[in-house]
Amino acid sequence: MDELAGMVGDPLMQRALLAALLVGLAAPVVGTYLVQRRLSLLGDGVGHVALTGVALGWLVGSVMGLVPQDALAVPGAIVVAVIGAVVIELVRERGRTSGDVALALMFYGGIAGGVLLISIAGGTSANLMAYLFGSISTVSRGDLGLTVALTALILVVGVGLRTALFAVSHDEEFAHAAGLPVRALNVATAVVAALTVTVSMRVVGLLLVSALMIVPVAVAQLVAASFARTMSLAMAIGVVVCVTGLSLTYWYDLSPGATIVVLAVGVYTVVALVRPLVQRRRPVDPHPQVPDDVRVAA
Amino acid sequence: MTAAVLARGVRVVLGGNEILRGVDVTAQDGEVVALLGANGSGKSTFVRALVGAVPLTSGQVELLGRPLGPAVRWERIGYVPQRVSAATGVPATAGEVVTSGLLHGRRLRPPRRSRTAVRDALELVGLADRVDRPVRELSGGQQQRVLIARALVRDPELLVLDEPVAGVDLTSQKAFASTLTTLAARGRTVLVVLHELGALAPLVQRAVVLRHGAVVHDGAPPQPTREHGGADHDHVHPHDPADDLAGEGPVGLRGWGP
Repeated sequence: MDELAGMVGDPLMQRALLAALLVGLAAPVVGTYLVQRRLSLLGDGVGHVALTGVALGWLVGSVMGLVPQDALAVPGAIVVAVIGAVVIELVRERGRTSGDVALALMFYGGIAGGVLLISIAGGTSANLMAYLFGSISTVSRGDLGLTVALTALILVVGVGLRTALFAVSHDEEFAHAAGLPVRALNVATAVVAALTVTVSMRVVGLLLVSALMIVPVAVAQLVAASFARTMSLAMAIGVVVCVTGLSLTYWYDLSPGATIVVLAVGVYTVVALVRPLVQRRRPVDPHPQVPDDVRVAA
Repeated sequence: MTAAVLARGVRVVLGGNEILRGVDVTAQDGEVVALLGANGSGKSTFVRALVGAVPLTSGQVELLGRPLGPAVRWERIGYVPQRVSAATGVPATAGEVVTSGLLHGRRLRPPRRSRTAVRDALELVGLADRVDRPVRELSGGQQQRVLIARALVRDPELLVLDEPVAGVDLTSQKAFASTLTTLAARGRTVLVVLHELGALAPLVQRAVVLRHGAVVHDGAPPQPTREHGGADHDHVHPHDPADDLAGEGPVGLRGWGP
């Protein structure tokens, strides 16, 4: 108990826990729309592109002689991730390149660009590790402020416009026929996904960001019947695994990002295994009201 | 009398293929018009272009007297896309799908008391008891009815339907025809894409037939040719006809409305 109080009393841990809680809350909101659109890997694509943004921010910072050198890494990631996500969306909309190939181009271009730029900036790939795998223990007050602001924006758009974003993700053709601003809503989804990636970067790292967006949704849709319930359940699961995973690293020397993601995958496995046992129902006729139209001679 | 649908010289080119080659279609207020044609004739592309889901290469479209675009009163138009399944990645209930039909133009959040409107629309298609059921657990015919309810929830003046009875048996086609009759009697305009007139034949006032992206007939509904109209013709659809629109007995699709 004392140890728990010690953890909560530690200012460094307080900031880290708050950041983890916010990320756990926000990431599954965007993830729900991505799963709905069958774009589960979009977060990964944007995450890779964000690495180029980190390196670009670093390069600009070192050219300007800023201390620390990576002061512009997060703003760089935000700018480049948003541009990358919007480009992916526009490519998808035109349908010229399949979403699959567009994402592949983003993956490889993003990683290669990041490594190339960081070496131009006089750094090494090792400098990128904190962004690839997360570094929540170094969350500063400024970082936290940015996380709070971006999380609020993600929640306002993702939850506030839920019916409209659902309509567009569910049936784009119908959304057009309803005169909805389809492109604006699609771009909004892409921008919010990019912001989620950059917010989650400090907690789980760019390589595992997508897991935090998708895995809680994968768990929730095993048990939920509605879109709204799937989203709220995924948010709850996201918060629980983020806070629990991070707390574990206070006592055990583990990577926070990896612990959180392994925990989430573990929850998925348990729910997937237990569900058939709990929901064991007798199979029933799905159309009991349909009259018998064929008479069989006895 | 004004035209609810006015399309002039509609040309659509997709991926280098000229799908529509200058199509003119008019539907007067309160008219029931069928759009017929073989597979690949461009009839589906035409209605998709009509509602803005496919960009026009050239030509003009006016819906309810307004040019296609933000000026159209989208809240007065109901569209039922051609669809086999209403289910997608994340579970969604029938109620949630129908609620999305309440949004239009700049209205990005459902209005207050939308729950009642949604329940009423599902009642019209005989699925009021399924409002909280996930659509993926419904049969193909029930999912199609959910999509029809999504178009009806906003009480449209103009209803555009793309093969609403594809893969649905004759009994339910008749039930569907009787609902469309009720709608037409209330002065609503209906533009319906059909593969064959079937049970809707008595209702259709005018038929437009497309062939290779051009209008080849505009006038009285054509009589089916022998091989399609004969009593011995066994028309096979690729869908599962097991579920039907009248599956729930006489409740079916009778009363539409408040």
